[in-house]
Amino acid sequence: MRIPMTLLILPLSLLFGSPLFAADAAPVVNKGDTSWMLISTTLVLMMSVPALALFYGGMVRAKNMLSVLMQVFVVFSLVTVLWVIYGYSLAFTTGNAYFGGFDRLFFNGMFDSATGAFSMAATFSKATPIPELVFAAFQATFAAITCCLILGAFVERVKFSAVLIFTVLWFTFSYAPIAHMVWFWAGPDAYTDAAAADAANATAGLIWGWGALDFAGGTVVHINAGIAGLVGAILVGRRLGFGREAMKPHNLPMTMIGASLLWTGWFGFNAGSALEANNYAALAFMNTFLATACAVLSWTFGEWVLKGKPSMLGGASGAVAGLVAITPAAGNVGIMGAFVIGLAAGLVCLWGVTGLKKLHRIDDSLDVFGVHALGGILGALLTGVFNSPDLGGPGLVTDWVTGSTGFPGIAAQVMTQAKAVVVTVVWSGVVAAIAFKVADLIVGLRPSEDEEREGLDTTCHGESAYHM
Amino acid sequence: MKLVTAIIKPFKLDDVREALSGVGVQGVTVTEVKGFGRQKGHTELYRGAEYVVDFLPKIKLEAAVQDGQVDAVIEAIIGATKTGKIGDGKIFVLSLDQVIRIRTGETGAEAL
Repeated sequence: MRIPMTLLILPLSLLFGSPLFAADAAPVVNKGDTSWMLISTTLVLMMSVPALALFYGGMVRAKNMLSVLMQVFVVFSLVTVLWVIYGYSLAFTTGNAYFGGFDRLFFNGMFDSATGAFSMAATFSKATPIPELVFAAFQATFAAITCCLILGAFVERVKFSAVLIFTVLWFTFSYAPIAHMVWFWAGPDAYTDAAAADAANATAGLIWGWGALDFAGGTVVHINAGIAGLVGAILVGRRLGFGREAMKPHNLPMTMIGASLLWTGWFGFNAGSALEANNYAALAFMNTFLATACAVLSWTFGEWVLKGKPSMLGGASGAVAGLVAITPAAGNVGIMGAFVIGLAAGLVCLWGVTGLKKLHRIDDSLDVFGVHALGGILGALLTGVFNSPDLGGPGLVTDWVTGSTGFPGIAAQVMTQAKAVVVTVVWSGVVAAIAFKVADLIVGLRPSEDEEREGLDTTCHGESAYHM
Repeated sequence: MKLVTAIIKPFKLDDVREALSGVGVQGVTVTEVKGFGRQKGHTELYRGAEYVVDFLPKIKLEAAVQDGQVDAVIEAIIGATKTGKIGDGKIFVLSLDQVIRIRTGETGAEAL
């Protein structure tokens, strides 16, 4: 069959929402897989609160610490609520190639109180479902952290109300459709024969249909967020005194704790994206472990050689760069691929926050673009290289009816990956620009100069982080 | 009476306190301060952003003493803090017009 669905071997995506196993006898949930996914979901929740909040919070000035913690805390909660109301339905139910439908508003149909039946979500193995509530919860944490990641680009100078308005718009019109395009498909059980496969392929998301590989969110999460952050940094504008006054991180130990918790939580993010407790979860787990360590080393030694001293902030930044870059590749490459991706991520992102940043002069305050967009693009492209069985990768599933795998060739796969990157960059950039403009029209993006100078903790939230 | 004010390296504080006790100084006030002198600051680099830190952390120590104690106090401070490198600090000696102990109302040398 032609390839609309050469998809990868387990990208994270998954299933959708409608009657998968519907009429048959009640499907039997795999308890091991379900347990792993519940744990993974909890780990990914921890990545936002507190991990990302602390990682970001440590890098701002003391007068803005609580504003960062509060933005992350509330955006995470806001997106979780929107996810249940309509986000999950828009992202993971059958619709068109860009958006899902409205079948699952308020998680409708996931639990039938009349019969006591729970709906099932497919994994990447046939007849191996997990409760759809678990899949939806797991995906909620992804949607929420993606919106939180963006915040780092315009900290210390944005109105809390503007952040919330932007988040609602961007989540709805960028996160949900990109997730649908990259990850929505009918699930392996829909692929019973060639005709059924064609029918199933017709319902898949646009980018999934191209055969782009994104195991855990290189495009959906990191490029998506990184580009929105860059647009935000431009539209919100630079902080007062940017480039003239010292804006030193106020608490790098917090940043180190945050980065360490991110590393820990990322095992749920990446290995959890296998959706099962199986070989691919193991592969994703080890690759996540290794690539991160490689990136810590490459950033540290790169900084040592180029800037004179190996800094703690550099080490922590290297860890996040490695985690970002291995995300699309996690279960899609072999161990050697993880080595290369990790080492490359540390060096490329180091350049992203130094050389590149000096060129563009945009106040992307916590380097959301330099680390997440750049690392995400690097990881997405290298996934197309190291997925190759010739380079130790597992290849991808070329026929979901039989489950047979293959590989279209490095050049072809990298091209497919690049298309996915371009769509994500353009889509997220346009939606972010509109969303910020709307927020600007409604409430304005920035506090007054006096408020900004005094710090957002007291002027926006009426409290201060430290009393000493 | 004199007010002896010394700017010293923070890690020398304990040594100075001991030395001052040894020459009979009864009380000292200590403040954490920042400043610059001949010792240059340093550069800090956070990702791409480079900041020159001109003001270095120091300790300011103040002791009110009798005129006859001044030389011994100065010697004690120098003995405890001198490393011979730039950044050891400075000592200022000022005349002191009056001293009052709040609790008792004693004044002058009685109050030291």
